[in-house]
Amino acid sequence: MSSKLTPDEYSEIAKKAEHKSSTVKDCIMAFLVGGFICTIGEALISLYMRGGMARDVASTLSSITLIFIAALLTGLHAFDNIAKYAGAGTLVPITGFSNSMAAPALDFKSEGFILGLGVKMFSIAGPVIVYGISAGIIYGIIIYLFKLY
Amino acid sequence: MQYLNAFWVGGMLCVIAQILINKTKLTPARILTTYVVSGVILGGFGVYKPLAEYAGAGATVPLTGFGYLIAKGTKTAIEQLGLMGAFTGGLTATAGGIAAAIFFALLIALIFKPKDKT
Repeated sequence: MSSKLTPDEYSEIAKKAEHKSSTVKDCIMAFLVGGFICTIGEALISLYMRGGMARDVASTLSSITLIFIAALLTGLHAFDNIAKYAGAGTLVPITGFSNSMAAPALDFKSEGFILGLGVKMFSIAGPVIVYGISAGIIYGIIIYLFKLY
Repeated sequence: MQYLNAFWVGGMLCVIAQILINKTKLTPARILTTYVVSGVILGGFGVYKPLAEYAGAGATVPLTGFGYLIAKGTKTAIEQLGLMGAFTGGLTATAGGIAAAIFFALLIALIFKPKDKT
C-alpha cells in the first residue's frame, strides 16, 4: 500500500474521523443532559412524595412539571438552543414530547388557530399517540384472549 | 443512590437514541414513535417494570416510560373491566401527560411570539 494519500483519500479519512468523534461527543452530551433531566424528574418525585403523594401520582405530576418547563422554554426560544447541543438528551425525555407540540403550535399560530396551531401541534405527537395507543390496545386484546393478566 | 440510577439509566436511553439519529438518520418523529412502541412491548413482556423500579424517573421520564405506562394501565384496566380495559387503559394511564402537553402547548403558543423568520 502506498504511503502517500491522494487529497480525495485524505478528505475521506478526515471526514470519517470527524464523523466518529462528533458521534462520541453527541452521545456524551445526550447522556449528560438526558441524565440530568431524569435526575430532576426523580428529585421532583421525591419532593411531591414528601408532600404526601403516592409514588404513581408523584411520578405523573413530575412528568407534568417537566412538560410545563419544556413548553415554557420553547416559548422563550431557549429550548432549541439547548437541544442543539443536547440532541437526543432533550428529545427522548418527556421534554422532547412537550417541545414537539409547543414548537409547531407557536410557529404555525400565524396560519390560524384551527388549521395552524391546532393541527400542527400534532404533527409529531400525533403519530406517537396513534402508534403508542394502538400498540397498547393490541397488547390488551392479546392478554385478554390468552388470560395473561 | 436513586438519583445516580435515574441519571445513568435515563442518560443511556438518550445515548441509544443519539446513536440511532447519527447512524440511521431517523427523524425525531420516528425516534419518539419507536421509543413509545418499544416501551409498550418491553412493558408487555414485563422487562420494563424492574427497570422502572431500579431507575425511577430514569426509566419513566424517557418516552419508553410513556409506552410502559400505556402497557401498565392497559393491564390494570383489563383486570377491572375485562376487554373494554384494552381500549380505556392506555389513555387513562397517560391522560395526565397528554392533557398537560396539549394544554401547555396551547397556552405557550397563545402567550409567546414566534421567532422571526428572517
